[in-house]
Amino acid sequence: MRLPAEEQTLLRGLANELRTELDAVPDDPSLHRLFPPAYDDERDEQAYRELAAAELLDSRRRSLDVLARTVGQERLDAGEADAWLRALNDLRLALGTRLDVQEDTFLEGIDPDHPSASGLAVYAYLSWLQEQLVEAVSPGA
Amino acid sequence: MPSGPVRHNQGMSTTVAPGEVQVEQPRGADDLRYDRPWIVIVWNDPINLMSYVTLVFQKLFGYSKAKATQLMLQVHNEGKAVVSSGTREKAEHDVLRLHAHGLWATMRQD
Repeated sequence: MRLPAEEQTLLRGLANELRTELDAVPDDPSLHRLFPPAYDDERDEQAYRELAAAELLDSRRRSLDVLARTVGQERLDAGEADAWLRALNDLRLALGTRLDVQEDTFLEGIDPDHPSASGLAVYAYLSWLQEQLVEAVSPGA
Repeated sequence: MPSGPVRHNQGMSTTVAPGEVQVEQPRGADDLRYDRPWIVIVWNDPINLMSYVTLVFQKLFGYSKAKATQLMLQVHNEGKAVVSSGTREKAEHDVLRLHAHGLWATMRQD
């Protein structure tokens, strides 16, 4: 894996940015998709949240840290590749929520005049990169 | 759907509608609630990649590529799929792992 320098800078910046947001404003609506509810029942959900929130937050921080730290490496071990997959997915969930990405958002490419064109381009790049990585690590039948 | 959380050390019986569960031998209502497995449901969303969802099913549940793909397509086409089931503890563990991977998962008693 050899990412161009500008892509490394972009990924490191995005990872650090989300890491900072998770520390500062984990309740921000754009991050809700990272912490979906498990139960319909309110009391059950509260108990789940008490148990799971810290663990989920911690694992997200760790995978973002791995991405930021190893972005220039030519090879990733299995643990690093797994962290990359989860970090790229978290970046897409946060950015995609902000951009209100839907199933058909990219059907006709990105309109350069769209007010969120640059954000959509970053999202599309993250999707492409995650797809490559999924393909590289997916087991066969 | 139960009206409240399962109480593991609760002696008294709680609400199970008559006829909701049929068994040969009479048992306490709590036993019946125990016997009904919890199911884990993954819901469709516009962000998670199909290939990634398939990979997560393979990795977390040890499913074959064929089974993981079939479940992913069910999520994609029908909006949701039951991906695992078992005790409440197992279901919650599975939901937590799915959430850690960014999938939109919920659980309920079957």
